[in-house]
Amino acid sequence: MSPTSLDELFESARAGNRRALGRLLTMVERQDDNAVIVSERAHRDAGQARVIGVTGAPGSGKSTITGRLAAVSGAARPAILAIDPSSPLTGGAILGDRIRMDNNVSSSTFIRSMATRGHAGGLAVAVPDAVRVLDAAGCDPIIVETVGVGQVEVTVAAAADTTVVVVTPGWGDAVQANKAGLLEVADIFVVNKADRPDARGARRDLELMLDLGHRGEWRAPIVLTTATEGEGIDDLWSEIERHTSFLHHSGELIRRRCLRRRSEVADRIELGLRDRALRIIEAQSGESAMGRVERHELSPAAAAEQLLAALIPDNPPEE
Amino acid sequence: MSETLGISPQSVDDPEPLRVVLAKLGFDGHDRGLKVVARTLRDAGMEVIYLGLRQTTDSIVAACEQEDADVIGLSMHNAGHLTLAPRMVQAVEEADLDVPVVIGGIVPAEDVAVLIEAGVAAVLGPGASAEEVVAAVRAAPNRQSPDHQSPAR
Ligand code: B12
Ligand SMILES: Nc1nc2c(ncn2[C@@H]2O[C@H](COP(=O)(O)OP(=O)(O)O)[C@@H](O)[C@H]2O)c(=O)[nH]1
Ligand SMILES: [Mg+2]
Repeated sequence: MSPTSLDELFESARAGNRRALGRLLTMVERQDDNAVIVSERAHRDAGQARVIGVTGAPGSGKSTITGRLAAVSGAARPAILAIDPSSPLTGGAILGDRIRMDNNVSSSTFIRSMATRGHAGGLAVAVPDAVRVLDAAGCDPIIVETVGVGQVEVTVAAAADTTVVVVTPGWGDAVQANKAGLLEVADIFVVNKADRPDARGARRDLELMLDLGHRGEWRAPIVLTTATEGEGIDDLWSEIERHTSFLHHSGELIRRRCLRRRSEVADRIELGLRDRALRIIEAQSGESAMGRVERHELSPAAAAEQLLAALIPDNPPEE
Repeated sequence: MSETLGISPQSVDDPEPLRVVLAKLGFDGHDRGLKVVARTLRDAGMEVIYLGLRQTTDSIVAACEQEDADVIGLSMHNAGHLTLAPRMVQAVEEADLDVPVVIGGIVPAEDVAVLIEAGVAAVLGPGASAEEVVAAVRAAPNRQSPDHQSPAR
């Protein structure tokens, strides 16, 4: 790929060309050789946008909320990155978040649906890259929606400046959220579907859990919303803004972003190592350790040890 | 039981999944077929961007651009296909997109040739099997074209 064409793509994307931005996102989504170049190029212009993560159980109303948020933000060019799981069996996915957003957002909102795809941990690299590209294209805020189940998805949503955790009325939800590790990552709680009975009960449950678990300067506020009607979305946006200014004044923003960058490097190394190792292993055959595992001659544990030792010599033994 | 452990780590060279935008154009509440097609395509390993009911050519073009879609799939049951389908093809061309339009639903036999002539890539009707649906969508884009592989155009 010639650098000029890439520069042109970035320039068009920055000027608001949806198609150029769509193309760039595909490149980082694939995480092929182009992705590194695109990521590198995006890095130069990124770092400006507010990144908001929205997570919670499937069906809790994340997409509806996200679309509404983009609308009330009053931003010139908000972006939404909506992530849904790929089927582990077929690799396919139904990405249905746009249905809940399209009617509420303006045409200046850029929405991209992203499937988790097969590559383990790939999401941990593809999502920051996609955010970086959106940022470099001048989008702000960038709202990332992920299903709040599974470690990777929660981590991805938590890798935002502000993380919003959505629960719905009913005793089970707050408890589930607690189990999934969502409570620790929440900067703001939303009790959505407040039109249903016992939204206040859900708020009380959350307050109790916060009383027990809360530490630090920022206590996560709880906002009641009825996203389908747009109720409470203004309040939610105010809380997001309040959190943004807290991040700035407390120095927490710098701390978070540093952490995020560090962990992205670690994620990339992990993924790169894995890819390279698998490529080498796939190229081997016959008497290789993998071949012997397949024939049940060698245990997976022993094979992995052998292959690792061959790939990367272990530290010299300490005396 | 087989002695083979079947270790086949996700290949690094797996082809990227086709990305298909599915929508109903205009006022037409028949979305059952579209939902069936969405699941069929997902089960064939494709990524379906489901827009659902009441879309316009503009909203579909916008979604295609943002999602970098490979195919547009429309489901039509309101006898508006002779107007709406060519309008969709035209909107795609006007946006300078290289995305084929595949149609399913209620299209009388004598209209199929008219739609193909208007630039529609394929037309399927009631009773189309999962295999036929998948084959039509797979055949629609020419993914080998250098145009799609490289951003340089
Ligand atoms: C179920 C149904 C309904 C349901 C719809 C429920 C829903 N949410 O979808 C209800 C009861 C609501 C309904 C209402 C009406 N209906 Co109706 N309905 C049907 C019926 C009986 C079956 C449609 C269906 O779901 N089939 C099952 C699915 C799986 O099949 P399919 O949609 O054809 O999809 C397959 C293929 O076509 C293809 N395909 C479809 N889309 C796509 C897209 C792509 C990309 C691809 C690759 C393939 C593909 O793959 C699918 C799998 O094989 C048909 C009759 C029929 N035999 O088709 C009439 C029919 C479609 N309805 C009709 C009419 C007139 C109406 C009403 C106007 C009736 C009225 N006067 O009230 C209303 C309008 C509603 C509205 N708002 O638009 C007419 C349409 C006539 C026409 N187009 O010329 C039909 C043909 C009945 C008839 N013979 O007159 N309807
Ligand atoms: N009653 C009620 N339903 C809602 C509310 N918000 C969203 N929904 C519905 O809940 C369903 C799931 O919403 P969606 O935004 O797709 O949830 P997601 O899976 O978390 O993204 C949809 O049918 C919405 O219309 C709400 O505040 N009240
Ligand atoms: Mg959603």
